[in-house]
Formats: sequence, C-alpha cells, structure tokens
Amino acid sequence: MEFMSPFAIVLRVLIQFIPVSMAMAVLLTVSLLFKRRLGLYGFIIETGTGFAGVSILSFWLFTAIFAASVAPFDPLGQIVSMKDALPGAIEANSGLPYLLGGDKLARDVFSRMVFGSRIVLIIAPLATFLALSVGIMLGLPAGYFGKRIDAILSFLANLILAFPIILLFYLLVSPGILETPIPYALAGFFFVFPIVLLFTLFWSGYRAHPKQLALRLVLTLLAGGWLFATFVFDSDPFHILRVSPSTLNIFAAVALASGPGIFRIVRSLTLDIKTREYVQAAQTRGETPWFIMLWEILPNARGPLIVDACLRIGYTTILIGALGYFGLGMPPESPDWGTAIKESSRLMRAFVHPALPPALAMMSFVLGLNLLADALREQSLKD
Amino acid sequence: MVEPILDIRNLSISFSTRAVEIPAVMDFSCQVMPGEAMGLVGESGCGKSTVALAILRDLARIGRITSGSIHFNGRDMAKLSEHELRQIRGSEIAMVYQEPMASLNPTMKIGQQLTEVLFIHERVTKEQAYARALDMVKAVKLPDPERIMGSYPHQLSGGQQQRIVIAMALLAKPKLLILDEPTTALDVTVEAGIVELVKELGKEFGTSMLFISHNLGLILETCDRVTVMYSGEAVESGPIRDVFGSVRHPYTQGLFRSMPLLGTNRNSRPIIPIPGQLPLPHERPKGCHFGPRCSHFVDGVCNVSTVAMRSIDEANTHHSRCMRVEEIDWHAPPEAATQTEATGAGPVLLNVKGLKKYYKAAASEFFGGREARTVKAVEEVSFTAREAETLAIVGESGCGKSTLAKVLLGLETATDGTARYDDTDIQSDPIERRDTKLIASIQMIFQNPFDTLNPSYSVGSQIIRTLERFGIGASREERSEMMLNLLDLVKLPRAFATRMPRQLSGGQKQRIGVARAFAGHPRMIIADEPMSALDVSVQAAITELLTTIQRQSRTTMVLISHDLSLVRYMADRIIVMYLGHIVEQGTAEQIFAPPYHPYTEALLSAIPLANSLAKKRKIVLEGEIPSALSPPSGCPFQTRCHMKSKVSGSLCEQVVPPMRELKEGHAMKCHLPTEILDQMTPVIS
Amino acid sequence: MLAFFLRRLGVMALTMLCLTFVVFYLVNLEPNLRKLAISQTEMHASDEHIESWLTRNGYRRPFLERYAAWIGVWPKKPNIDAETGKQVSRFTYCEEPSVVVYAGVIEGDFGCSTKFKTKVAEKLLPALRATGLLMFWVMATMVPVALFLGILSGMREGSKLDRALSVVSIVTTSTPEYVSGVVLTIIFGTWLGWLNGSAASATGDGITFYNFTLPVITPAIYGMGYIARMTRASMVEVMTAQYIRTARLKGLGFYAVVLKHALRNALIAPFTVIMLQFPWLLTGVVIVEVMFRYQGFGLALVDAAGNNDIDLMLSCSLVSVLLVLVTQLISDVGYAFLNPRIRVQ
Repeated sequence: MEFMSPFAIVLRVLIQFIPVSMAMAVLLTVSLLFKRRLGLYGFIIETGTGFAGVSILSFWLFTAIFAASVAPFDPLGQIVSMKDALPGAIEANSGLPYLLGGDKLARDVFSRMVFGSRIVLIIAPLATFLALSVGIMLGLPAGYFGKRIDAILSFLANLILAFPIILLFYLLVSPGILETPIPYALAGFFFVFPIVLLFTLFWSGYRAHPKQLALRLVLTLLAGGWLFATFVFDSDPFHILRVSPSTLNIFAAVALASGPGIFRIVRSLTLDIKTREYVQAAQTRGETPWFIMLWEILPNARGPLIVDACLRIGYTTILIGALGYFGLGMPPESPDWGTAIKESSRLMRAFVHPALPPALAMMSFVLGLNLLADALREQSLKD
Repeated sequence: MVEPILDIRNLSISFSTRAVEIPAVMDFSCQVMPGEAMGLVGESGCGKSTVALAILRDLARIGRITSGSIHFNGRDMAKLSEHELRQIRGSEIAMVYQEPMASLNPTMKIGQQLTEVLFIHERVTKEQAYARALDMVKAVKLPDPERIMGSYPHQLSGGQQQRIVIAMALLAKPKLLILDEPTTALDVTVEAGIVELVKELGKEFGTSMLFISHNLGLILETCDRVTVMYSGEAVESGPIRDVFGSVRHPYTQGLFRSMPLLGTNRNSRPIIPIPGQLPLPHERPKGCHFGPRCSHFVDGVCNVSTVAMRSIDEANTHHSRCMRVEEIDWHAPPEAATQTEATGAGPVLLNVKGLKKYYKAAASEFFGGREARTVKAVEEVSFTAREAETLAIVGESGCGKSTLAKVLLGLETATDGTARYDDTDIQSDPIERRDTKLIASIQMIFQNPFDTLNPSYSVGSQIIRTLERFGIGASREERSEMMLNLLDLVKLPRAFATRMPRQLSGGQKQRIGVARAFAGHPRMIIADEPMSALDVSVQAAITELLTTIQRQSRTTMVLISHDLSLVRYMADRIIVMYLGHIVEQGTAEQIFAPPYHPYTEALLSAIPLANSLAKKRKIVLEGEIPSALSPPSGCPFQTRCHMKSKVSGSLCEQVVPPMRELKEGHAMKCHLPTEILDQMTPVIS
Repeated sequence: MLAFFLRRLGVMALTMLCLTFVVFYLVNLEPNLRKLAISQTEMHASDEHIESWLTRNGYRRPFLERYAAWIGVWPKKPNIDAETGKQVSRFTYCEEPSVVVYAGVIEGDFGCSTKFKTKVAEKLLPALRATGLLMFWVMATMVPVALFLGILSGMREGSKLDRALSVVSIVTTSTPEYVSGVVLTIIFGTWLGWLNGSAASATGDGITFYNFTLPVITPAIYGMGYIARMTRASMVEVMTAQYIRTARLKGLGFYAVVLKHALRNALIAPFTVIMLQFPWLLTGVVIVEVMFRYQGFGLALVDAAGNNDIDLMLSCSLVSVLLVLVTQLISDVGYAFLNPRIRVQ
C-alpha cells in the first residue's frame, strides 16, 4: 500500500476544504465590511472571541452543507483492503487517499468526520429550539402568575432535573422503547409547543387586526403541520426530509433533558422583568396577560436567552455525543462524532488515528459555540 | 494665613473610551479650609463625583488626570506612592457615599468593619479598637451599640447603615470628610436626622467637609461655602451667603428659579425651567457650556473662547464663570413669570370611603407551611377628588400611597370600603373586568423614567399601541397622526417617534410617559413620584408640562410624592399618610400652616430649604419607620412622635386616634388636645 | 427552621416517589420485560417460554402491586412451584424468601440483581464506595484549581491574565469527558506511556497514580472551566461593588482587599455551583468508568440498563436521585450559612 507524506496529507486536506474556505471567506469579508450596519452581530464579529466563534461555526456549517463535495468517500462505504489503514494510505481502485486513515470497518475516517457534522448540525440546534419553545411557553406563566401554576411547573421541572441524564437516556433512548408509543407521544408533545407559542404570540398581538392575524395563523398552521407530519409521523408530504423513529427519539430525549433548564432561566428572567414599570404600564392600559408576557417581557429577555441558547446548543451537542458514545439511539454505522469516538476508543491501544478526528471535531464545534456565547454575553453586558 | 486642607487647582480629568477621550472635569479649582464645610452642587453628569474620587486617587482605570493638581494638607496627591496613599486613605481623608447598604460588606459584622479602620492605621489592641469603635457608634446616636457592633449590615435600616458608614469614616479622625450624596437614598425624615448628625459631628471633631449634593437646600443647611458645577466645570463659587443671596451665574440663577419655593404655588409663582438639556460630554458647545440654554446668551461673546473663572468681589471670595457678569441685571424679574388664575375645581370625580387593603404575607408554595401574616397596607382611608383638582398624597416609604394607587388603577382590589369613580364603584374591579373606557380614563405616570418605556420598541409605536388599545383612531394613519400630536403636546420633536427609548434622556422619557398617559383623554391621572428620579432643572420642565396639560384638559391629578415643596407647588389639597393611615388631610394652605399633625410638622421641618432668608423650627424624629408587617399598637406614629409626652396617660399606645375635623376640610388623626394644637407656631417663617 | 427541613424532606420524598414510579413504569414496558426474560433464559426462547418465565417470576402481577411491593408497603409473594404447588424462593442466588413477606426498600431490601446474580445491596455498595473515591479525587483536584483560576482572573477584569485564563476555561468547558479521555489517553497512555489507559486494576490492587490519574483528570477538566467561569463572574461582580471601594478607601492594599473583603463574598455563588456539580459529575463518572473499565456505580448502571436488570436499575436511580436532592439541600443550607443576609429570614 502506498502512503502520502504528512505534508501532502495536510495539503490535500486543505484542498478538500476549498469550497468551505471560500464560503467562509465570503461570509467573513462581507461581515467585516458591513459590520456597522449589522447591529449586534457586527459588534460581536469585531471582538476576538466573537470572530473566532463565528469562524469555527461557519466552518462546520459550510462543511455540513458541502459535505458531499468535501468528502472523497461514502461515509458508510467499506473498502476491505483499507481496514485500519494509517493516515495517507492510497486506495488502489480510485487512487484517492484515506486522508486520515481507515477505521476498523475499513471506512474513510475523514469522510465520516465530514458527514458527521450534518447530523450534529441538524439535531442540536433543532432540539434546542424545541426545548426553548417549551421553556418559554411554560416559564413565562410560571414567573408571571406565580402561585399555584409556578409551584406545579417548578416541581415538574425539578423532577426532571433530579433525573440523572444518563439514566434518562438509557430509559428513553433504548431500542425497545421504539415499540411503544412513548417516543411519539413525547415528540408530539414537544413539537406542539412551537406551534402553540406562535399561535399565542399572534393571537395576543394582532387581535385588533383580523386580517393580519388570519394570515399569520394560517402560515403557522401550515408550517406546524409540515413540521409535525415530517418529524412526528415521518411522512413529509413533500418527501424532502426523512426522520427515522430513532432520530425522533433523540429529539424528544434531548428536548426533555434541556427543557427544564431553559424553563428555570425564563422563569427567573420573567420574575425580574415583571417588576419593571413598563410592564405595569401595560397592565394599566388593560393588556391581556399573554400579551404582556410575549410582547412586553419576552423581547427584553432575549439577550440572556440568546446567550443561553448558544451555550445550550453546545451542551446538546455534547449530549448527542454522549448518546452516541453509549450506543444509544444512533444506528451503529452512523458517522456522527459520538458514535465514531465510541467505536474507535475501544481499539485505542492499537490504532490512535480513528479516534482523534471526531474528538477534535466535537471539541472545536462546541468551542465555537462557547466562544460565540462569551462574546454575546460581553456585548450584552456593555449595553 | 491659614493653609487650605484641600487645594484643587485647575484640575482636568478625562475618560478614555474605545473611540475618543472624553473630558469629564475641566479646569476645576476649589479650596477647603480647616474646619470648613464646602458644598459641591450640580446635576447628574456634571462631574462632581469624579472630582471626589480624583481627590482619593480612585478613578476607574479609564479615567486620568490630564492637568492640574490636588494638594492635600500641602502634599501633592499625584506624587504620593501607593504606600503613602494608603496611609492617607481612611485616616486623613474618608468618604461616605450614596447607597449605605452597598457601602458595607454584607458578610462582615459591623464591629469588624469598624475596628478594621483602626487596625490599618494605628497600633491598637483588640480591646482598644473595640472600645473606640463602640464610642463612635454611640457618637452617631445609634440605639443599643453593643448589639449593633455584633450585627450584619442587612439587619439595620437604611438610616442606621448610613450612620455606621459615617462612624466608620470618622473613626480615624480624618482631617477631610467627603460626603457624596449621603442622604439621597433615604426618606425625608431620616435624611433630616443624618444631616443634623453630620453638622454636629463636623463641629465636634473639627473635620473639614466636602459635601456633594444635587440639592441646593441641603447644601445651604450644611455648608459654609459652595461651588456650583455644570457640565464638567465649576461655574460659580463663594460663601453660601453670597451665592444664595446674590447669584452671579445664569445657571445657578436658573437652578433657583426652577425650584418651587415653599409658600408659593403654580398660580402665584410659576417655576421657570431651564430650557434645553445638559450637553453630552463629547458634544459640549464652544465657549460657555451653558450658552445654548442661557437667556443672557450673546452670539460672538459667549461662544468665542473658553470662559475663565474670575473673581467678582473685592474680598476675592465669590467667583463666576460668566462672560457677562457685569452686564447682566441680576435683580431683573424673570421674563416668563406670569401669574395665572387658579382653575376652579369641578364636581367630585372620585369618592373613597373607608378603603382598606390587606395583604397576606405568606409565600405559600407547593406545601404552604408558614402562618399567614396580614400586612395592613392601607387602613380605612377616606377622601374625595374633584375634577381639574390636584390631590397630593404625601408620605415616606411604606406608608401605603402606592398601594392606594394600585387599587384605583385596578391592579389590586380593595379588601373593604368603597371607591366611587364618577358613578361606578371601582374598588373591587380588577383591570381585566374594567371596560376600555374606564381604563382609558384612569391612567398613570410612573416614577422611574428609565423603566417606564419598553426598551424593545420605538417611542412612537408604544404610544400608538396605547391608542390602539383604547380604541382611539380609526386607521393606522390616523393613530400615527395622533401620536405626532401627542409628541407636540409634550414638546418633543416629531422625529422622536422612531427613536428607541435608550436614545432619550431621562426627562425626554418622562415626557413620553406623560404623552402615553394622556393618550386616551383620561379624566384622572395618577402620578407616582413623577419627578423623584429627575434632576432639578428637568423636574421643573416636567412639572410645568404637567401643570399646563392639566390646566388645558381639566384632568384630575392624584400626585404621589414625598417632596413637600413640589406638593405645595402642585397640589390643591393634600393627604398625609403614615403606615397606611391618613394622619392629616386638608387644603394645601391648611396643611402648611398650624395646627399640624406632629408627623406633618416633622415632615415640614425636614424639607431642605434653598432659601437663605427662611427660618425653620428644627424637629428631628427619633428612630426609623416601623415595618408594615408589625405596626405599633395604638397611634401608628406613636413610636417616633415628639409630642407624645403632651398626651396624658398611655392613650397613644393603646388607641388609634379618630379622624377629627378641625376646620372645614381640615382633619387629622391625633390625640393632642385642642389647646396644644392651637398653640403651634409655623415651622417655616 | 424545623418546618423548613420538614417541608424539604416532604418534597424530597415526593420527588423520589414520582421518579421511581416513572423508572418502574419504563423498565416494566413490554419490550423491556421481554429483554429481561430473554437474557435470563436461553437465547432462542420461544414466546411461550418467555411468557411462562415472566408469569412464574411474578412479572405479570398487577403493576401497582409490584411497585408497592418494591417500595415495601405491600407483601412480596414468592414463586409457586408448578409441580408441587409449594411456595419457593424466586431467585435462589439472592436467597429470596419462600414465604410472603414485606421486603421492599423501606424494609431495607433493595431486591435482586438478575444480571450479577446477587443481592443489589451486595453489588451496589462496593461500587458506590469505588465511585465515591473517584468523585472525591475529582472534586479534590477540580474545585481548588477552578476556584483559584476564577479568583485570579476575576480579580482584575480585562487584564491579560484574565483573558488568557478565560480562553483556558472556555476550552475546557468545550471538552466533554469522552473527548478529553480519548485525547489524554492517546497522549499519556499510548504515546508517552506515563499513565495507564485503564483503571480496571484499581478495583483489585488499589488505586495508584499510574492507573487513577486519567480517570480523575478527565471529568475534572470538563467541570473545571465551568466552575472557574462562575467564580470569575462572581468575583468580577464583587470587585465592582461599592463596599470594595469602601475597603480600598479605608486604606487597605489591593491584596488585603481581595483576601479580606472580596473572597468570601465572591465564593458564595460558586458554592452553589460546586454542590450542583455532584449530580452533573455523575454523568461524567459513568462515561469515565465505562471508558477506563473502572468497577464503580456507573459501570453497574450501564450493565443494569443494558440487561434491564430491574431491581438494580431502580436502586441506581434511587441513589442518583438521592444524590441530586441531598446536594441541592446542602447547597441551599450552605448558601444560607455563607450568606448572612439569607440566614436570618
């Protein structure tokens, strides 16, 4: 078997990433050129941490988008001769190198890492978004009304928080549970929240303007319906997305795990903001409670919520990795980083090279999110 | 000749931000003689606190002294080493500032924090330090000093905490004491006690003082000399008598004219606000900083070059930074001072009878365990308000005035009694059950301008939302036009409609608050301390605005305030509240003239007067306002009353005095016999 | 005070009841019961065989009855021998009684581990001891370092040291255990050979620097950044407080101000964070124990879950929930103790 030199490997990796780096260059140049007009984002990109965070995240975002052209091989394809091949080994048939070597099932580590980004970049933000809408929808009334509602919701949130996450995952993401209706019920429950949230938002805000209200409600219903059909029932009417039951299960479990945390943040923010005089002013002009919560309080809680969402996407990524590491939810051949780390860490004494790429990918992606969150926090403290 | 203890010469301080260097203080000079109290007065952002911190060399890292010098006791502060600086801090110069709670370490006992000062600067044993600290606690007149030495800061009330901070400052017998707004966060009667204490101790220890305040009255009461600051510069300085007696700078004059004088009201002597607003530090005008707002401004004279401070009397004590000191006729009456007719009050709009509001103070959770305690926030309150009339509710924190407002607005419901508005009973209608018309007709102006507008929406859209909510205007365009008219009404440029609240100054935000409240043509406006967070000159402008709009629209105004001079100026009738009770009510004239309720008497005596000619009878109340959770038995005021000894027996401790009518419309809750009430003399003469 | 504790204990009991009920429900789902039956019988057992095994061993009794029996408020019934009709012990390897008795959690009987063929208590206690040791060392390395770094960077906000330390903290919070474990093992185990990539020997031969360092620092690194950042934030806030200026203007030097006035106030907030790290650490410990083959609680939990070992799983959840609730309690009480403002109320 032939091998490339380490220098050639580096060069070749860079060449593979050309579409990504070009897209990044365009994005970052445009951002820097127009930073004065980009508001908060413009301020963030100016700081060192913010720039680093945005760069890393855009790198992974474009990698996920261009995965098919960046990766030279099929992430699931096995070429027997390349089993445990060292980095730079050249595959005889195609003449292309396994840039970062092959794993024990003779798949290209580099291509798997590139394709793995897709899974993380879809699941983590979407699951966080679900958890966010649950947290907002329940945290606002808990903080605003207090009393019995708060007591019950807080008790439930603490109940889930008292559940050790790993146990929760073992119970909820085991293969057996897919035979029961629990994951579908749970996911159905969570996917209702964004729809309910938008409905309440528009209903409370546009009641005086029936035309605008109707338009928004219909749009919400259509988008919500598509979301529901695609994710919960795995029957996308347009056949764009396929969501397997096991992926759905991961959504549900991850949203369940991070929902209570967001709930608590929203609740405490609400408790703080509801004492402001502009909330009292809204009360004295007779606004409904939901209008006050969604239109007066929520917009002013956005700063801390965005920061938290950023951190939480990172945390969710780590959770999804942990699921993969324990072999839960993901199919065993899945190229996601957690599963890849698990597969390779078992053989670490013999072969080091399959373990490092997914590990470093995971770390850099989370690092990007944390850096961005840090820059956002710094910026929001300045205002 | 005696050397000054503190000698600041031509001091300039700048703050460097990312983009530019912003001068905060320019060419500031000031001397403090031994044993003398120097007042430093000015509105927020004028640089007075920066001067104080510069003296102690404790500017933030971005702040820098760019020129000038500060000599303390003959030593150049800029040349001191870190070590020497530490020796001076706390032992020779001490400082007291605004928030007493924040100035004390929450996790350290009072005794420890006090004795620490001595351990740093002197060689003392533990016992000596404790004894001296204890003596000091006694000197600041705190009850039960031993217990206080062993308590944590949060166990004391605000007034007590400030006394501790003062004790801590005086412990090492400093030569100079800097007080930065030491009473701003405190209630009026508590403030009066602190001011008295500072004056006494200053004399006793012979300490020189630099007293920083925005309140001219306080400066007059405490200081020997005064320096007035405006936009980073000293504009006038001199002995109190001269500055207060013969003003020689248009800004100082403007300040005096924008304050309501006791004994006058909105009809007899309208206040004259200073037009415009304080320039931003990086947008200061050329020449005289006050130029654009000055009525004596002459183009080509005032805006040519930097104006210098110069002496204007033979004794070389009175200085002014005005180009035209000699030309201006300082005795000319103000131009705009036109007296107006009083608007006659109309029929009764609001009639409150025996209104009560009790709260349950148990934080009942999932398992509500604690016993429920009732807080009697408002206790048996009766009064009426007429159309076009201003009714003021006066009292200190915890007196129930804000709760009363909430009941009227429908944010709370009354426990008992009735509140008849027009011809409907509204006391038990929460706002959800009120119809739009009623909601629109009772509106509120809030206290804190920085909090009153939602920071997420533009100013115009917030007013439009209010109009929309009240069903005023048929279309979006119509409402938008109405919004612009409202901006005209509150004298703001129409361009403000698209601004975000953070781009507005405090006074401008408060104007928007007024516009919003008047959007639905209300018949009754409740204004909760509408000026208390604003600077003197801005206060005047808002006061004038409110009076004008009210006069035009014949709206009833319920003005909640603790500021008696404002109340005297604005109100037709006054209610004095203490711990949920109305202790006295009557017309403004009746309240401000004897006979007084003892609490009203103390409140009046506590007003810092900015009039060097007025004489005041001093009544300093003992102790603190009791908590509404455990009000005293009998008369609510009996724990602090200075007249209690004149009532026979223990009547005050046992019986809540009944409301008795003294004269037509004048009533009070007090056990004092009529003879004593009749002998009362005016507090202010 | 007493009322406070009683209320807290009540909430804790209710929480545990609710959570064990949920766990009990989930482990008794039909697919999970089948999984258990399959692992307990032969590989290719027929459906009837599985059904009869489940019925014989009492898994087909009413759900609530079994839950009540597990708690110990309902008697546990032994198996009935099909041939003799006599009552016999269910799992003989656990010496389960052959008579009807109350033998649930409140009687101190945690049941029988079907996977390890021993009593749950006998399996779990040594595992807990091992995990306790691991957690202790993790905390003992993580907390002091994190606090030190946090105080150091929060002391002078915006300084070069602060920026450098902030980057370090962000990097460590971005490195989950399964990443740092892999990377550290490669560096120190495979390449340098200084440390052992497995802690399996720690169970038998006792812990050594060689076999225990990696399992300790792997979760410590992940948690450290978080505590350090919290400490920094708290320190920054305290350093701008008015009373710090008071202290400075009393004439105290910078370090005296930090040590005497800032430190105690700055450590109140991180204390809560540190206490809440214990439950968080539990997840890390599971990963680390699996990764380094360390015979502790985490490995037991994973094995129990993998084989649907009902009783062991329930006990594991009980232990973890208890850990969460107790640390929450300590954190609240400790917070009140550290912060005199709360204490008096």
